Amino acid sequence: MHRPSYARVFLTFARNSLVRDMTFRSNFLIEMVTSMTWMLMNLGFYVLIFTYTDSIGAGTGWGQYQFFLFIATTMMINSLVQTFFMPNAEEFSELIRTGALDFALLKPIDTQFLISLQRVNWSSLGNFALALLLMGYSFTKLDYFPSAVQILLYIPYVLCGVTILYSLMITLAATSIWLGRNQSLYDFWFYITNFSRYPMEIYSGPFGTPLRLFFTFIIPVLVVVNVPARLLAMPLEAQNWWLAGFALAATALCLFASRRIFQSALGAYRSASS
Amino acid sequence: MYARALTWWTILRICLEERLVYRGDFALGTLMRFLPIVTQIFLWAAVFAAVRAGEGGSDATIAGYHYQDFVAYYLLTMVSRAFSSMPGLASGIARQIREGEIKKYLIQPIDMISFMLLSRVAHKLVYYGVALGPFALVFFLLRSYFPGWPEPEIFLAFVASLIMSFLLGFFLEATIGMIGFWFLEVSSLLFVYMLFSFFFSGHMFPLDMLPQPWSTVVMLIPLQYLAYFPAAVFLGKITGDALVFGLLVQLGWLIAMIVACRLAYHFGTRRYSGYGG
Repeated sequence: MHRPSYARVFLTFARNSLVRDMTFRSNFLIEMVTSMTWMLMNLGFYVLIFTYTDSIGAGTGWGQYQFFLFIATTMMINSLVQTFFMPNAEEFSELIRTGALDFALLKPIDTQFLISLQRVNWSSLGNFALALLLMGYSFTKLDYFPSAVQILLYIPYVLCGVTILYSLMITLAATSIWLGRNQSLYDFWFYITNFSRYPMEIYSGPFGTPLRLFFTFIIPVLVVVNVPARLLAMPLEAQNWWLAGFALAATALCLFASRRIFQSALGAYRSASS
Repeated sequence: MYARALTWWTILRICLEERLVYRGDFALGTLMRFLPIVTQIFLWAAVFAAVRAGEGGSDATIAGYHYQDFVAYYLLTMVSRAFSSMPGLASGIARQIREGEIKKYLIQPIDMISFMLLSRVAHKLVYYGVALGPFALVFFLLRSYFPGWPEPEIFLAFVASLIMSFLLGFFLEATIGMIGFWFLEVSSLLFVYMLFSFFFSGHMFPLDMLPQPWSTVVMLIPLQYLAYFPAAVFLGKITGDALVFGLLVQLGWLIAMIVACRLAYHFGTRRYSGYGG
């Protein structure tokens, strides 16, 4: 049987979504502006914090502009997830509920690929641009610039972060096959990823350390932003290599596990309606 | 009069039973809602650690708040949000207008706003019934962060401002939903409202932390009564004349929003042309 060209299929999805977005142009603009406003307001909150302190945690090295680099990384990873995966994952539980997943199963292409990338939400890339701007601004304020190695490593680690979040999302989405429908998917997603938004050093003490270990080794959302952000914002240190290595392993494991979970969830699919 | 009370009682009972169907989901959702606060508290702990290291003292404050006050503040805003937040109210009204479902209130001898208010009261009563457990547990575990029970009159003021924040939240959101009579698609407008209420109701940070002119601006808009004001009252940040004045302003906003909501409904239904099936 002829194997479909995944790249070409994806380009078609991307083009179709762009055509769709451009059909409702003012809606596209409003979506972009509102999500950028949300980010700017969040940034305002951090600016407020830094009027009272000059770093997050004592001796952690997360001064105002290092922390802004951290936030820029968070924005970048989240905007990639929102552009490529979020609209699809939200759609997925609807596919289950209505039985429309039958049509996806019948297509001669990998089902996970199809349902994960069918729709691209281009307006979320506005935040990506905002992240780049914030990053550039922070570098003008710091008298430090990362080496070429750091910048070269930054990109794959951002992609690792996106992959971990994607794996988590597709796992959550797959559970809607078992549960019938999963309305609180988005809530749950928000609550979990909430832990990725701050430097992992803040989770210390009798309650913080178990939390940090849990969200590093069991559900590795803490490495999503922390590893690339630390790589970019602070000089390379030998003691952090294990974390960088762990992030790669965690990415591979998450992707593998989520694939297995998705496949076995598909096995439990009993077409609704129709 | 009796017949009317009976009608409302029946409506309230139906709504209560409808809500109780999803009680398991409710209890879990309540506990999960504490999670964002957990990260927020750790963030402030780290900020305080940095401030203490800078000053060398152990009794650091930020904008008049000790670390304990921050923890207490966040927990108290959870309580005020439990009263004032109205998930899905504005978007629900806008959807009913768009899809024509609102017609049923126009032909039935029932007042839409009162019906919705009662169903919210039912929703909240069930919510408190289920949420009391998780809330009591969290407050008990973190009791050392609180300055202790406030004076009886402060506590009464706290309760009064909570009840008003429920009503204010309801009429504010209902009015916004009724903008749907004029513009069919209001989702982006709702998003903007959500943005503002997220930051300027005070459940992200205590509003009196803001520098001028922002602190004056946020005190002039009604959003502060949805989260900040009741929490600040409980913590004894607002006392004496300022407290009485604050409660009166909250009452003023509440009356203004009730009037606005009634007016929006009155003129909205005049313009309404019954779209949808």
